[in-house]
Amino acid sequence: MKFSSEEILETVGMIAEDKLDIRTVTLGISLLDCADPDPAACACKVREKILAKGEKLSEKTDFVANEYGLPIINKRISLTPLSLVVPVADPAAFIEVAMAVDKAAEHLGVDFIGGFTAMIQKGVTAIDKALIAAMPEVLATTRRFCASVVLASTKSGINMDGCYTMSRVMKETAERTAEQDGIGCAKLVLFANPVEDNPFMAGAFYGPGESESSILVGVSGPGAVRRALQNLGPDADLGQVAEAIKKSAFKITRAGELVGKEMANQLGVNFGNLDLSLAPTPAEGDSVGQILETMGLAMPGAPGSTAALMMLNDAVKKGGLFASSSVGGLSGAFIPVSEDASMITAAKAGAITIEKLEAMTSVCSVGLDMVAIPGATSAETLAALIADEMAIGCVNNKTTAVRIIPAPGKDVGDFVHFGGLLGEAPIMAVSRISADTFVKRGGRIPAPLQSLTN
Amino acid sequence: MEKKKKHIIVTVIGKDEVGIVAKIATTMAQHKINIIDINQKILGDEIFAMTLLADREKSDLSLPVITAKLNESVKNMSLKVTVQDSEVFQYMHRV
Repeated sequence: MKFSSEEILETVGMIAEDKLDIRTVTLGISLLDCADPDPAACACKVREKILAKGEKLSEKTDFVANEYGLPIINKRISLTPLSLVVPVADPAAFIEVAMAVDKAAEHLGVDFIGGFTAMIQKGVTAIDKALIAAMPEVLATTRRFCASVVLASTKSGINMDGCYTMSRVMKETAERTAEQDGIGCAKLVLFANPVEDNPFMAGAFYGPGESESSILVGVSGPGAVRRALQNLGPDADLGQVAEAIKKSAFKITRAGELVGKEMANQLGVNFGNLDLSLAPTPAEGDSVGQILETMGLAMPGAPGSTAALMMLNDAVKKGGLFASSSVGGLSGAFIPVSEDASMITAAKAGAITIEKLEAMTSVCSVGLDMVAIPGATSAETLAALIADEMAIGCVNNKTTAVRIIPAPGKDVGDFVHFGGLLGEAPIMAVSRISADTFVKRGGRIPAPLQSLTN
Repeated sequence: MEKKKKHIIVTVIGKDEVGIVAKIATTMAQHKINIIDINQKILGDEIFAMTLLADREKSDLSLPVITAKLNESVKNMSLKVTVQDSEVFQYMHRV
């Protein structure tokens, strides 16, 4: 036979037992031709374009999944940042267009749609201000529209005024969705150096440099990587561990490449990219934390976690790059706390703290992700936390992100429950040492040096 | 462009019993699925594992329907049948 029984059973096992899946097929749609100073007309053009381009997304995704016998979990859409589409400095205009986007997504059967986005790493425009002012309302009243704001980049430094503004937006959004533990904040991502072709929510937007429309595929498979390490046993040295991760990453990426090409073919659009990211879900075994445990740490957060994660992230990229010439997006390991069973356990046990998480984000994608903190945390402290994470991205020339939930009325020892893919998390302690004066200085932290980086 | 081959890989895993291969092969024949290659072994002492390459060019059935029919044919046995396009394996195991 063309394939050995071992090869076949390995693949079947990866899908059936290790939950290897195509995490998301995301259709990127450019809205650059939908700008209109009349909000109603703009909303109409945006809705029509999403409905026209996305019409067959759901049907074709199911077709491809069935045709190959590979599970495809989510169908999503990413849009051009709305700050480039709505040419009116009026929050009401942004709310009107956002409602139209949310309805269109609902009509197409898409669970999340990304692109309520402003890019203010160097400064704000009147339009950015209007978009940000509309953000708490949009996040509280729409179900599917995800927001993101770019606050920093290696080339422009960190917009500290932006960090402070966004910390207040986060707190207001959490308050507006207090009855669901502040779930609005789970749809808001703050970025340093974002990629413009990320298929993963909530941080996906479709950058202005992208084509009219393209397919972005996100593959995942922490379970398959863990299985490969388990088979290796505890005596293998770390070089062998890295090799095993690379081989698994290669196979997982190949499955994504096959699906991406076929999806693009079916929808008649470009195959934009393939993002191999180990993205956990709350399901048993679908965990990045458990990979660290299999490597030999008692729990994620133990000393050695940063080193182990660096190796994992790097090996995943190396395996993925060889498997596809369309690798893009984030392509690494995600460590969202509430979405990963092993991270939740470690947070409950106090094995992992915000400070350790912050260190770990310097070596992986993406950042402080799905971390719940006390609702009483001040806007100044929150802004300082955001700035710290932006600094890591800025100086390391990589993407970092913040998706923190200041859960209203909750404190350390309490739990937040979001349900579904967003999972649940214990409230993590935040340092009580003040950074107020630093944050209130405002202004911009200049772009860091690119050489002499010792 | 070369016409895509409609080859599938069928795997049957579970408790060994008399007649598994016969039942699977009969069902495939009924639905005009042509077996190209077949490989069967017993793992350990009792786990039955069969992998099978077949051509579904002449069959009108979609992959999920084939999966359902094959599982139906062995429904009283402790077995799990999966069906996938052979291209998945080509992509994952051959550079």
